[in-house]
Amino acid sequence: MTAIPSRHRSLTLLAGVIVAQVLLLAVQIKQERDVRLIRVWAVELISPLQRAATWAIDGVENGWGGYIGLRHTRQQNLALRAELDQLKIRNAELEGRAREADRLERLLDFRTAHAEVPMLAAQVIGGSPDSGSLLVYINHGSRSGLRRDMGVITPDGVVGKLLAVFPDISEVLLLGDKESGVGALLADTRTQGVVKGTGEPQLILDYISNDEKVHSGETVLTSGQDRIFPKDLPVGTVVQATKDPKTPFLDIIVKPSAHLDRLEEVLVLLTRQELDTQKGSGKDASTAPAITRPIAPKAPAKAPAATQ
Amino acid sequence: MESSEAYIGPEPHIEVHKYYGGVVSVAVVLALLLQAFLPVHFRWANYLELPLLVTVYFALSKRNPSTGLLLGMVIGLLQDSLSRTPIGLYGIAKTLVGFIASSIGARIDVEHPIARFLLTIGFYLFHHAVFTLSSHWLLAQRDQSYITGPILIASVVNGVIAMGLFPLLDRFRKPS
Repeated sequence: MTAIPSRHRSLTLLAGVIVAQVLLLAVQIKQERDVRLIRVWAVELISPLQRAATWAIDGVENGWGGYIGLRHTRQQNLALRAELDQLKIRNAELEGRAREADRLERLLDFRTAHAEVPMLAAQVIGGSPDSGSLLVYINHGSRSGLRRDMGVITPDGVVGKLLAVFPDISEVLLLGDKESGVGALLADTRTQGVVKGTGEPQLILDYISNDEKVHSGETVLTSGQDRIFPKDLPVGTVVQATKDPKTPFLDIIVKPSAHLDRLEEVLVLLTRQELDTQKGSGKDASTAPAITRPIAPKAPAKAPAATQ
Repeated sequence: MESSEAYIGPEPHIEVHKYYGGVVSVAVVLALLLQAFLPVHFRWANYLELPLLVTVYFALSKRNPSTGLLLGMVIGLLQDSLSRTPIGLYGIAKTLVGFIASSIGARIDVEHPIARFLLTIGFYLFHHAVFTLSSHWLLAQRDQSYITGPILIASVVNGVIAMGLFPLLDRFRKPS
């Protein structure tokens, strides 16, 4: 009978193997040194296989992700596009509300800064269907105390005047309309003239003598002579001033201070009480129109009490 | 001539299985490869202990304690080499597992799936206990617990895997 390993032999072998490994551990701990050679062999043995397996797995993942996993992509794509469209609409709506909040904040700041001047905030609710005239409608009328010829402004400057007042709606003739005009003066020289609408985005300042020195960028303010607007409200900025040999007056083009093409909220002046335009205009003192003369306080004109 | 020593080999009615050439080596390498590879890609693979399953399977099948302990030692040392553990920790644990598994395999029938399932759970817990004990005693590392919920779950998971893996490896046996 061939030799059969005895239990003692197995146990001896087991003890030897265990002791050898314990000694191996002890050597590593005592010398704080790794058994690098064994690790190198093991890693060298396994790493090519690992690379191959990784390559295979990546191939399967790519194949799955690139082809099989795309089965429902078209439906998902369509659903996501629809969702994106809805979100775009929602985003535009929220942006609009944010802009509206900004405008209202400026309006409120302006009103707060001029709390002594009665004025009424109104919302532009529509425009004129007549393309030749620059008219807008606001959501307040005679029931709110509005009267014809009251001035309409924004924190940026003069907008126009009330042309017609109905019980709950009023018609505003914008400054840019051909029929519109406002007494104005040049901020630097205090030379007075009249700003008129042209039906175009830009205005003209008339009745300024050819002898006057007018430079582009000069601020144009209300003069108060028209008895609609108080003095020194910003009207616009000189864009160009040229001499016309046929007339004794300069041709002065003015860019309006108020954004007449995108009005949404306005303030209606309920009296002609002077405004200190350096307060709450949304501009700092350095950019605000210069007021060279003190504004004499005037008794409020006969006007209905402010309702707001 | 009769041997004076008692017969300690497999019980006469228990068959010693042999495998086609290279099956053991390939199985060991594959187990080590997957053990190193799978957890990188799949978190659940942390529960697997494929080198232990291979050790247990071949030790139970070979039914020779010397072969079993040497196989366990080789697999354990290779696993140590690919791990960050000091070399010898897995080696000692798997040497003992290989020895005991082959000793058990020599005495009882371990072909039944339920027996394999229960043996795998037992060997997993034993292997973990030896590993933890070695860490405590030899390395003074006391941050591991002997039994925790995840370890029990892992033992059951490996038992279930064994029920599928062992019949697969049975196919590579040489016909008797």
